[in-house]
Amino acid sequence: MDKLSVDHLLGIKYLNANDIDLIFKTADHFKEVINRPIKKVPSLRDITIANLFFENSTRTKLSFELAEKRLSADVINFSAGQSSVKKGETLIDTVNNILSMKVDIVVMRHGNVGAGVFLSKQVNAKIINAGDGTHEHPTQALLDSYSIREKLGKVKGKKILIVGDILHSRVALSNIFALQLQGATVKVCGPTTLIPKYISSLGVEVETNLKKALEWCDVANVLRVQHERMDIKYFPSTREYTQLFGINKQILDSLDKKIVIMHPGPINRGVEITSDVADSNQSIILNQVENGVAVRMAVIYLLAQQIKR
Amino acid sequence: MSKKILLNSKDIEIILHRLACQLIENHNDFSDTVLIGLQPRGTFLANRLSNLLTTAYNIPKLQKGLLDITFYRDDFRRRDEPLAATSTDINFLIEDKKVVIIDDVLYSGRSVRAALTAIQSYGRPKNIELLVLIDRRFSRHLPIQPNYRGRQVDAINEEKVLVSWKETNGKDAVYIEQK
Repeated sequence: MDKLSVDHLLGIKYLNANDIDLIFKTADHFKEVINRPIKKVPSLRDITIANLFFENSTRTKLSFELAEKRLSADVINFSAGQSSVKKGETLIDTVNNILSMKVDIVVMRHGNVGAGVFLSKQVNAKIINAGDGTHEHPTQALLDSYSIREKLGKVKGKKILIVGDILHSRVALSNIFALQLQGATVKVCGPTTLIPKYISSLGVEVETNLKKALEWCDVANVLRVQHERMDIKYFPSTREYTQLFGINKQILDSLDKKIVIMHPGPINRGVEITSDVADSNQSIILNQVENGVAVRMAVIYLLAQQIKR
Repeated sequence: MSKKILLNSKDIEIILHRLACQLIENHNDFSDTVLIGLQPRGTFLANRLSNLLTTAYNIPKLQKGLLDITFYRDDFRRRDEPLAATSTDINFLIEDKKVVIIDDVLYSGRSVRAALTAIQSYGRPKNIELLVLIDRRFSRHLPIQPNYRGRQVDAINEEKVLVSWKETNGKDAVYIEQK
């Protein structure tokens, strides 16, 4: 059996195509496990995992915690809001204190770009990046690709559109890396102010006309506008954004094919996507959430396999 | 490295028929019984036996599943090579069923121990039995014994028992190989 080529999951850009393939094959087995009457395997019963969330999260944190518990790992949770971080403790001190309690794997979300990479060089534990600022969110990209593979049979050769706030989105960047690694073509669509300047250097085309972009693609991954990361105004009003870049039933019905709709959540219903689209049979949003647990189980399992006692 | 033939295809055929008859003695029409082959090597034996029971002994409704035990093994992270999972295919509940676990070679008993834990994920069976083609009787690490055995073998630890199946290796045979 193949091994992962990396010691930590810090970003998709450090992975190769074989790693993604291995993660997906392992996730297939875990997807079967989480659909059993008893959804738990004892593989990681001697592993302790710390979930360090320095930024807010609902879905990712729950998904990771569930994945860890389904693998029988011991889990400790940490949220920056209720911690000594507010008292001025540094990241390394916080993590080292937690590690001295004998933790094997750290799942971390942090507001600063590169926090995971930094940590992996300083501490002796496996690091899984659960989102670092506007940089990468590797497990989200993996579960997105896994869901496309499940829905369409394969990712290779498919045309994937990412719509919305690309500039502030770690999901977009990780998705671009993951999809290209698997041989898909990626285009982005959104207000020009929310599309980063470097995007063409990644081999990604930009389309500012939503209708044209939707006509091109097989799958549209719709992203939320991240108001919390915006320090200036990037577009005149939410209403105008919705009119130009919101996905609604009318625009989908006007296409001559049925495209797949994805959203990493949280959804702002009526802003980037309307309720009738989000809840339609074209949407695989809830499948993404289910697959998230299986994919995260696979990542944790494969990394835990490298830990030697 | 010398290789000695232990069972040829004729021997295996006779053994399969005997095992099928022994199963019928205890399980009648198999209405309450499920056969579970352990992935990867036990599945060939499970498939053979279930085909034999349906075709030669007219057992109409036979429930058969394949169980992967990778995630239940006790040597996770203790080996140099990573463990590769195979697929599990059990599309029925085993609640209150009589389960027959099927594997090709019973050696240390650790795979069967893992299977006993794994099978509980599908419900609480009425009872569990073990059927193996080859029982290496002096090699056990755990107090596990088969209910049905094809052939008992007194192989020492330096020897390896190889089961070859028509489906994958071209012919049915069991060999003992000096490591």
